[in-house]
Amino acid sequence: MDFDFKIGIIALPGAALANKTGSFANEVPVFKQKTCTGCNLCIYYCPEGVVYGDKKTKIYNFDADYCKGCGICAEECPVDDIEMVLVEK
Amino acid sequence: MLTKEDTHKELFTMGHTGCSGCAQSMAVKLILEVLGKNTIATTATGCLEVFSTRYPESSWRIPWIHSLFENSAAVASGIEAALKITGRKNGTTVLAQGGDGGTADIGLQALSGMFERGHDVLYVCYDNGAYMNTGYQRSGLTPFDAYTTTSPSGKQSFGNSRPKKYMPQIAMAHRIPYTAVASAGYPVDLQKKIKKAASITGPKYVQIDVPCTPGWKYEPRYSVKIARLAVQTGLYPLFEAEYDKIISVKKISKKVPVEEYLKLQGRFKHLFKDEAGRMEIEKIQKIADENIVKFGLL
Amino acid sequence: MKKVLEGSMAISESVRIAEPRVISAYPITPQTHIVEHLSQMVADGNLKAEFVMVESEHTAASVCLGASACGVRSYTSTASQGLLYMSEVIYNIAGMRLPVVITIANRAVSAPINIWNDMQDSMALRDAGAIQLYAENNQEAYDMHIQAYKIAENKDVMLPVMVCVDGFVLTHTFEVVETIDEVERVREYLPPLNMEYKLDVDNPYSFGTLGEPSVYMESRFNLANAVNNSKKVIVSAAQEYKDMFGKFHGALIDTYKTDDAETIIVAMGSILGTIKDVVDELRESGKKIGVLKVRSFRPFPEEEIVAALEDAGNVIVIEKAISLGKGGILSQEIRDVLYKHRINSINVNGYVLGLGGRDITPKNIIDLIEKAKTDENMDGEFFGLNSFIEQGNISNIGD
Repeated sequence: MDFDFKIGIIALPGAALANKTGSFANEVPVFKQKTCTGCNLCIYYCPEGVVYGDKKTKIYNFDADYCKGCGICAEECPVDDIEMVLVEK
Repeated sequence: MLTKEDTHKELFTMGHTGCSGCAQSMAVKLILEVLGKNTIATTATGCLEVFSTRYPESSWRIPWIHSLFENSAAVASGIEAALKITGRKNGTTVLAQGGDGGTADIGLQALSGMFERGHDVLYVCYDNGAYMNTGYQRSGLTPFDAYTTTSPSGKQSFGNSRPKKYMPQIAMAHRIPYTAVASAGYPVDLQKKIKKAASITGPKYVQIDVPCTPGWKYEPRYSVKIARLAVQTGLYPLFEAEYDKIISVKKISKKVPVEEYLKLQGRFKHLFKDEAGRMEIEKIQKIADENIVKFGLL
Repeated sequence: MKKVLEGSMAISESVRIAEPRVISAYPITPQTHIVEHLSQMVADGNLKAEFVMVESEHTAASVCLGASACGVRSYTSTASQGLLYMSEVIYNIAGMRLPVVITIANRAVSAPINIWNDMQDSMALRDAGAIQLYAENNQEAYDMHIQAYKIAENKDVMLPVMVCVDGFVLTHTFEVVETIDEVERVREYLPPLNMEYKLDVDNPYSFGTLGEPSVYMESRFNLANAVNNSKKVIVSAAQEYKDMFGKFHGALIDTYKTDDAETIIVAMGSILGTIKDVVDELRESGKKIGVLKVRSFRPFPEEEIVAALEDAGNVIVIEKAISLGKGGILSQEIRDVLYKHRINSINVNGYVLGLGGRDITPKNIIDLIEKAKTDENMDGEFFGLNSFIEQGNISNIGD
């Protein structure tokens, strides 16, 4: 009896979503939404693709299930509108 | 507008185990945004392959294959040949990927063969300047004086004693229709180059500077900043070439001294200890200055 | 149609009619004629395939891997150092369960460099997970390639098949070969490749994933099962081929005059022809002697070999390869399966002959049979060494 792999141990598309990498994070971003210009750089630069939001409303947020807390969004925000805060564990 | 649900549908999904602040994963995300789902990708053994496809997980929503360390370009050649002969090409982009070791060292022969045979393949080299997946060993693309675990600094050493290999120029010497150098620090420029590469039939080479937080030893938040400084100092010139001619360069508005770039990274820490290190920094400044002249960056 | 064909031509004709769509190769003697013929067929429009002439064997196998992962029938051919160079890729093709067919024009390995025939190259790859079949003559080499695709692409198998053909001895000699002229009949025997999982933008699976300790063993268990289970497919492929095309050269093994044999000679490949001639001659003088041909070395046909040998008193294994530091390879595996079946009454003598193109003459075989009468359990003893060299006169050879 064979083990139930797809032949050659093939993985299904996007199956990595099952892995909640939010546990990596020591810090997470807070979008202060005071000076935001809607430039979208936080979306562009996020290595995980966890930042989302709207240019028009200038409301941005992040997916805490996957954010690894690198802080690039806060570092690169041209108007200093993102702050990193410690995660309570 | 981008919703949370949208982000979960990215062609390169979150949930991979890349390091926090990994510039390589950022570059992959940006590339697939441009190429779209009509893409088949190969990946050489290395960080990207390991952190994106731990069975049964996969971050890829395009058909993807990893075979070995040195054959990413060769497997891509086979894919392209198969699509061509069976009439399944239909505008599909064949994307071959590798790190700097898998591209410029162990994979150079297979890459050269793919170029020379003229396969319609876009090859992307994610250059983080060392063998990061195995623990930061020196590669042919490790920059001058960088500390790695096999080019350590010490009483008799300032780190890597050799300059970085000019890999893009090696690609250009094959007279392929398009070669470009891009950076994770300049995502718009990076996406523009990928888009252009995808529009050209034949072999293409795009090399991307992707800082590595554990290998270069800096805080994850500085990935983009450091990538940008590499360009602004002149150490990592961004340009495009068609065949063997450079057709555009990314100008730098104001030359930044190399210290600004080096001092943020632990791999250059040994250069800031004494006068001898000072002289080494001058040598690195000379590399940057020569690049600025050679590529007309200012 | 019956034709007088060079072995390489017969092989390329067989590959042509099996209709691979991607062929990739790098030149190495004595494989070159095969890929030259194939590239000419593509150039003349007689074979609709992409012929990818690459910069190394490593890439040749990698191109086949990529094409096969797209669900496209692929072919490569190599020998000797070329096989050793692509060995990493062959392990990978097997692990990824891709049905690539590879012709090995068996040749010695370096050093010293030697372009002539033995089986040290393919035998070095015996643990790669590829099926290994060995052809006795050019007709069998022709028939075996068509069967190889049928076996490789069976959905319970999905493995690379190495078709091993003695370099020069077969690849460069002309024999009468009966070819199949109707491609439709071959298509009936060998339907188009239809893979359940392949690189396809509409079903974007990930191939070649990282197998951590939690899954690696299970994936290798499946691979081991696939190689073992291919035995019945090799048998049915040979049988169906016989039914459709009338040619049969054995399935996993073949026997020749073994029914009442007290002594059985075991071998693989082209040397079987010479051995059979000697056996015929000895039979005329009343000796009870027969031949066991091992056609499939991987998977190893344990039950069939035991059944063929169990009533013999003496077994002589003639092989053109050696496991350095141990001894004969085929002979130790035969001894192992006999022991496993609690048969310890047979004297198995294994000898290494014909390395690097050294001729194996009928007289050598007669002498060997004589010598084996008094030998006991020889394990890969070299036979047929040049006594001139043995006597310490090697320095005179170059004069």
